[in-house]
Amino acid sequence: MNRGAGARPTWLRGGLDPWLLGGLLLLAAAGLAILYGASGGNGDLVLRQGARFGLGLVLMLVAARLPPGLLLGWTPWLYGGAVLLLVLVALLGEGRGAHRWLDLGVVRFQPSEITKLALPMMLAWVLHGQPLPPRWPVLALLAALVALPSLLIGQQPDLGTALLVAASGLFVVFLAGLPWRWMLAAGIGAAAAAPVLWHFMHEYQRNRVRTFLDPESDPLGQGWNIIQSKIAVGSGGLHGKGWMAGTQSQLDFLPEHTTDFVFAVFAEEFGFVGVLAMLALYGFIIGRTLVIAGAARHTYGRLLAGSIALTFGVYVLINGAMVAGLLPVVGVPMPLVSYGGTSAVTLLLAFGLVFSVHRHRRQSSPGAGL
Amino acid sequence: MARRRQARVQVKDAVREGGLFRARLIQAGALLVVALLALVARYAWLQLSQHEEFVTRSESNRIKLRPVAPARGLVYDRNGVLLADNRPAFRIEVVPERVADLEATLSGLAGLLVLDDDDLERFRVQYAAARRFQPVPLKFNLGEEEMARFAVNQHRFPGVDVVSYHSRHYVHGALYSHIIGYVGRIDADDQARLDGRRYAGSSHTGKTGLERHYEDLLHGHAGLEHVETHAAGRPLRVVSRTPPRAGRHLYLSLDHRLQSAMAAAFEGESGAAMAVDPRSGEVLGMVSLPGFDPNPFVGGISRRAYAELVDSPDRPLFNRVVQGGYEPGSTLKPLLVVAGLELDVIRAGDRVLSTGQYQLPGHSQVYRDWRAGGHGQVDAREAIAQSVNTYFYRLAVDIGIDRMAAFMGRFGFGERTGLDVIGEARGVLPSREWKQATLREPWYLGETVIAGIGQGYWVTTMPQLAQSMSILARRGRHAPLHLLRATQDGIDGEPIPVPGQAASELPLGDAGHWEVAVQGMVDVVHGATGTARAIGQGAPYRIAGKTGTAQRVSRREGRNPDSLARHLRNQALFVAFAPAEDPAIVLVVVIEGGGSGSRAAAPIARRILDAWWAIGRELQP
Repeated sequence: MNRGAGARPTWLRGGLDPWLLGGLLLLAAAGLAILYGASGGNGDLVLRQGARFGLGLVLMLVAARLPPGLLLGWTPWLYGGAVLLLVLVALLGEGRGAHRWLDLGVVRFQPSEITKLALPMMLAWVLHGQPLPPRWPVLALLAALVALPSLLIGQQPDLGTALLVAASGLFVVFLAGLPWRWMLAAGIGAAAAAPVLWHFMHEYQRNRVRTFLDPESDPLGQGWNIIQSKIAVGSGGLHGKGWMAGTQSQLDFLPEHTTDFVFAVFAEEFGFVGVLAMLALYGFIIGRTLVIAGAARHTYGRLLAGSIALTFGVYVLINGAMVAGLLPVVGVPMPLVSYGGTSAVTLLLAFGLVFSVHRHRRQSSPGAGL
Repeated sequence: MARRRQARVQVKDAVREGGLFRARLIQAGALLVVALLALVARYAWLQLSQHEEFVTRSESNRIKLRPVAPARGLVYDRNGVLLADNRPAFRIEVVPERVADLEATLSGLAGLLVLDDDDLERFRVQYAAARRFQPVPLKFNLGEEEMARFAVNQHRFPGVDVVSYHSRHYVHGALYSHIIGYVGRIDADDQARLDGRRYAGSSHTGKTGLERHYEDLLHGHAGLEHVETHAAGRPLRVVSRTPPRAGRHLYLSLDHRLQSAMAAAFEGESGAAMAVDPRSGEVLGMVSLPGFDPNPFVGGISRRAYAELVDSPDRPLFNRVVQGGYEPGSTLKPLLVVAGLELDVIRAGDRVLSTGQYQLPGHSQVYRDWRAGGHGQVDAREAIAQSVNTYFYRLAVDIGIDRMAAFMGRFGFGERTGLDVIGEARGVLPSREWKQATLREPWYLGETVIAGIGQGYWVTTMPQLAQSMSILARRGRHAPLHLLRATQDGIDGEPIPVPGQAASELPLGDAGHWEVAVQGMVDVVHGATGTARAIGQGAPYRIAGKTGTAQRVSRREGRNPDSLARHLRNQALFVAFAPAEDPAIVLVVVIEGGGSGSRAAAPIARRILDAWWAIGRELQP
């Protein structure tokens, strides 16, 4: 596809930013090692996760070669498809308590994960042809595009993902230059809407908020996760208890210790030093992606790369804060460390798009690559 | 306005948009950096400044204390014959978290095991209270057949296990039921009484008898294990262990051979007997018949079996030898002779005419002798040998109730002997003060008369009779009664003798007064006119004995005699010691259900003494 690259043997490097690629590979390797420890040496689990990483990397490499123009053309279809899948999930999905999964026979996956990618693409697609900052009729359209999948996901119910999906859309709008005063107004509006939101929340969601506000009130029930997670993190100390030696997870005190709370296990086993190193790695990946976004010359590409960087960063922040007891328990994984297939594949695919943006950064119009 | 116009003219201003975008990127990046730093600060706070606190909480999460029950001390007789053992036994336990359908499991098990309603009820209560990983015992002490049947079917019952444990076992069943007693499951009352630290992990405690009295020695101290547990509390491995301190083994003064002979000597009759070595105060044998098998009480006796024991007319649960109160009757006469001699009311050689009846001066009431027409002229020794009532009527009146109470009190009547058992009765030593305090009535002289033949208000216990006879047998030397001879720490330890209470002297003005009473008692068995001369024939050793027949109700303090069963209202007694010259055994026999002391109780005593003679010289003081 890369006809413009000529005869140079660039299939490997071919526009792939070595810094970002290196960071991601390092993160994926660390993620597998952490997961192995957190699962108590469960090789099968790590192999399954590794296979997903493999699939994700392949998709990433393929996506890296797609010219932005092609992506631009596919975007409305992708968005429409994602919304359609969300509707399907709402009608015939499966999952424990909440309908999140769609079983396609070969693969089971969560369409909400695809939405995390499809939504910012769609918003970038809309804004691509518009003067920036966007005018309010455009903003109204964007708001509708954000609200549709967010509400569908919210009623699954999966409040955390709904908020994240909405956030990924908002990042696009923010990067597009939405005036600060508008955002301030939106923030006040959201605060005002919180009681309304509370009213529509499921009991288990309310409990999560309550528990977050006072975890000790129900230490064996709702507060258990937060308390045990903080104990795990705190008892890790400066150097940690050593790989696979974290008693909180190995003895099952910490629930969800391979998925949402895997970072607590990491903090217990590798201590503050490990946490610093891990956050630095995440920070590096985010920073490098932001640099790539800043270097892109066409609106679609830079909005997409920028929003991916910010979404990725928000994942890290939310999961890290949740594990440390700063946020309520929401189902946000630690990127590429938490066990879970759809999230890992989607993330790697997203970075594939970032690579694509990076590769075609000099084009002022996404269509030029075709 | 300007922007709009511009927008209309020019669709996109790439340079301006690029600048705006980069500004936004920088703003976003700055926000992310701030947020990341805040997160780092939070982790630093948790992991560095609060580290100690969370380490403590993590450890207390992980390490649980688990008590380890100590092995209960064993009980042996004086020769090391095992009386109470800890036996490996098997019980069925159910682990809640592994059982899918409890009702189906229970009904399936009911086809294999003998489960009564009591077992099931107890199980359900415990099951409801237990944590999910905690095994709940369903049935103790499985029989061999039950074991076999369950083993074949075990695969059908996930979560149901056979577990081995140590169960108290009373090797000789009913023979020691009233002496050693039994252990039972710790109940709410016990829990309030016992030291929680020592009993952590223990399921049983002494309920009656020596098991209760020497609980402190037998139980030992619980050990502790620091166990690393799973979040659900399931133990994974032992981190450290303080071993339990096992209870001490007890060596009793009882001789199993004599004990067996004593029980056999009753030939199925109900009654009680107590044998004591007067030199040391050691109890050599103690039976209360019929007894009961204490073993079912260990695992929890079924309601039906318990009701059978309670309702049995033979009252097997009643501890005749410790709690029984008996009218001593004529068995007190030798001691009253000593009292009379000591108080100078009579002299040994004085002969008194027995006409068969006695009247207080100025009273019309006639007190009769057991032999109509009387015994003729008798001295003190003959009065004992022939059990001449009229002699003692007069003697009692001459002594007076106050001096009688004071003198008899020195033998320990009306007080517990301090024998190391639970629930010893106190008996009644008749006196003015006692009657005033208990019945709020003055004392009448007529009551002194019948007190002289051990009737009226008199209530004695078997230990009291054995103690008073021991003092007489050893001519004033009083070695306190006791059952515990030695304790042993572990099976390899040397048995450590238990220092009994020091012996004391009961001095008489003239030590020869003892001999008068002893000679009278020898004549009871070996004299030509003795009331128990039938048992003296062919004895290779000289027996000093005294018969006693209580025609009236036995009266224990605070108990209405009418509430006692009919067969308890007539008791034959025999007290004895042998050899008369240097007594090494004191024997007290009570037999229920009629007959006289001479015909019913004395032959049993002779059989017991013969057994003792056969065991003979092996007995060391």
